[in-house]
Amino acid sequence: MPERDAAERRATFGEVAFGYDEELARAEAERCLQCKNPTCIEGCPVNIDIKSFIGHIIEGEYADGVAVLKERNALPAVCGRVCPQEEQCEIACVLSRKGEPVAIGRLERFLGDYDLACDLEHRCVPVVAPPTGFRCAVVGSGPAGLACAGELARLGHSVTVFESLHAPGGVLTYGIPEFRLPKDIVQAEIDMLVQMGVEIVLDTVVGATVTLGELLDEEGFDSVFIGNGAGLPVFLGVPGENLNGVYSANEFLTRVNLMRAYEFPHADTPMWRGRKVAVIGGGNVAMDSARTALRLGATEVFLVYRRTEDEMPARREEVHHAREEGVEFKMLCSPAEVVGRDGFVTGLVATRMELGEPDESGRRAPVCVMGSEFEIECDTVVVAVGTRANPLLAQTAPDLELTSRGYIATDDEGATNIPGVFAGGDIVTGSATVILAMGAGKRSAGAMDGWLKGRKR
Amino acid sequence: MFPIVHARQLSEAVFEMGVEAPRVARKARAGQFFMLRIDEDGERIPLTFSDWSAEEGWIRFIFMRVGKTTHKLSHLGPGDSLADIVGPLGIPTHTEGLGRVAVIGGGVGAAVAYPVARAMAEAGSDVTVILGARNADLLILEDEFKALPLTDLVITTDDGSAGRKDLVTAPLKEMCEAKAIDNSMAIGPAIMMKFCAATAKEHGVPCVVSLNPIMVDGTGMCGACRVSVAGQTKFGCVDGPDFDGWEVDFEELMSRQRVYNDEERLADAEYSKECSCRL
Repeated sequence: MPERDAAERRATFGEVAFGYDEELARAEAERCLQCKNPTCIEGCPVNIDIKSFIGHIIEGEYADGVAVLKERNALPAVCGRVCPQEEQCEIACVLSRKGEPVAIGRLERFLGDYDLACDLEHRCVPVVAPPTGFRCAVVGSGPAGLACAGELARLGHSVTVFESLHAPGGVLTYGIPEFRLPKDIVQAEIDMLVQMGVEIVLDTVVGATVTLGELLDEEGFDSVFIGNGAGLPVFLGVPGENLNGVYSANEFLTRVNLMRAYEFPHADTPMWRGRKVAVIGGGNVAMDSARTALRLGATEVFLVYRRTEDEMPARREEVHHAREEGVEFKMLCSPAEVVGRDGFVTGLVATRMELGEPDESGRRAPVCVMGSEFEIECDTVVVAVGTRANPLLAQTAPDLELTSRGYIATDDEGATNIPGVFAGGDIVTGSATVILAMGAGKRSAGAMDGWLKGRKR
Repeated sequence: MFPIVHARQLSEAVFEMGVEAPRVARKARAGQFFMLRIDEDGERIPLTFSDWSAEEGWIRFIFMRVGKTTHKLSHLGPGDSLADIVGPLGIPTHTEGLGRVAVIGGGVGAAVAYPVARAMAEAGSDVTVILGARNADLLILEDEFKALPLTDLVITTDDGSAGRKDLVTAPLKEMCEAKAIDNSMAIGPAIMMKFCAATAKEHGVPCVVSLNPIMVDGTGMCGACRVSVAGQTKFGCVDGPDFDGWEVDFEELMSRQRVYNDEERLADAEYSKECSCRL
């Protein structure tokens, strides 16, 4: 897939992967064997009919391909960019046994972009069922909430999405950088939902501005889906973590992605422009943070991870992009202390690790090498070691059953202990992926539809 | 969009503003805050409620012009609208069962002291308010405080131009020594809260403070507002803004508040060139 050159792109927020043009898309689609019993579909968390949409690309029937995609996935241009297809559909492709699988993700992106390039009137709008008379509230406009809202609208329900920030999209907007997921793509996908009749109310924190109980009892909603995410940042708890220049990845990315701090002073939100940045973590968020730091003008960016590259949960593609752009990987290092002067960070003290026996995740556990402390000189530290459930909503919904770790307890379809209240995405599973959140949102919408229609009025 | 319905200048750099925000006004409680963004390029800033009306659907706040955003805000009034108002945020101030309580409002902190003192008096506490400012011009809400059912209202100014010539800690210390109070709450600049808490602690009087760290989202998702309380990291926006004054690391708070001093100076200087007030 054509990509922006690494040396050029580390200085710009423009999208890295250019995407297929028609010629490349047809050529790749023609590699598909159109298997009688396609295994790729089973790999997809939302069971998109991959064989069918690729078949349409081969025939040049792009609009039909988009329609197939949208039967299962409300935001194909988003998923085509951020889904870990290499772990889902592509690894299940028969061609992957002997060589390269069909580039299913890139073909999905091709169709998603094709749709977005059409005028709003000509885009593929899913057919909306006649109004059912039921009103549904969706909490959170991230991938889970958007997928749920889209599906509920398609089924004919009246949907209102409540978003606590001033812009919709959740992680799609504040978390994933412009160079991986352009914000105009996110907005265009959301515009599609508004076309279908979904109402999006911003600046409304469910749990503060209005409570779950009020949505059901006072505002007249018949059913609620909670998709407010796992947005509470986790810090390491090491000394010096509150020095100026230490950020959670959430703060770092939100300032840049949501508040456009890279445009300061044209945009008012400031950013600490570190020259030497240490990012702690090994997931996609750590990669996004490291690559964002480069684009903000850092001369050196270190990725500090306590295991090795093989154990990193980040997508191979993003690790590869980070390396190409010049991020220096410091593996088998664990942060011990942040040091500073006059209240500002001057360095990160780390201990060297070695891999021992596997732990409960199946990965070899890192073990400290005693007396191996060393200091990484830096002026910024970004902590990207994960997030947990934000407690705001649950605090004012004491009847809502939570798990011991503070996530919302649900059955397989997202039903909580409160009748009519469903939940999905990171607030149920802990931080995971966009596609899993979307799958959960869609599944819950189906369950909500069944529950609403089954109730005695 | 949130229409501005009221704007009043209280002193040279201090302004009062009222905004129509019905959902927020219905839920606002003393001690809570909200996030404000003026426009698409604006930053999000936290401001505490000084008053509200659930029936009429408005919220009020008082701010000091200290940087670009507050500078820009001071030029707006009825007829203008704000892009975003998000709230109410934070845990409301605890106002019940406090017995005899001293509420200290320093400078613009009086804006928070007002609804807090009102709520405490309504809950049956015996409330004394200590209102302090550098000089008489900077005293705010004097008439509003006088209209409350307080046990006493003590006014102090650094230069003696109104009330007692003293820092707010002086009357607080006297009340502690006379064992005239069971609890205290201090709201104002960090350094003032630090000294009030230290004074109260010396005499074993609990002191709640309303912290004002830098914030970005205000809903607990970024950690910019983190403060150290009894050696543990807490988020000012969801665990606070009220905290135990005896345990807050004020030095760290003040250091963290300075992180963008250079950027703030630059932004305000740039804005001042183009704005109409020519300060």
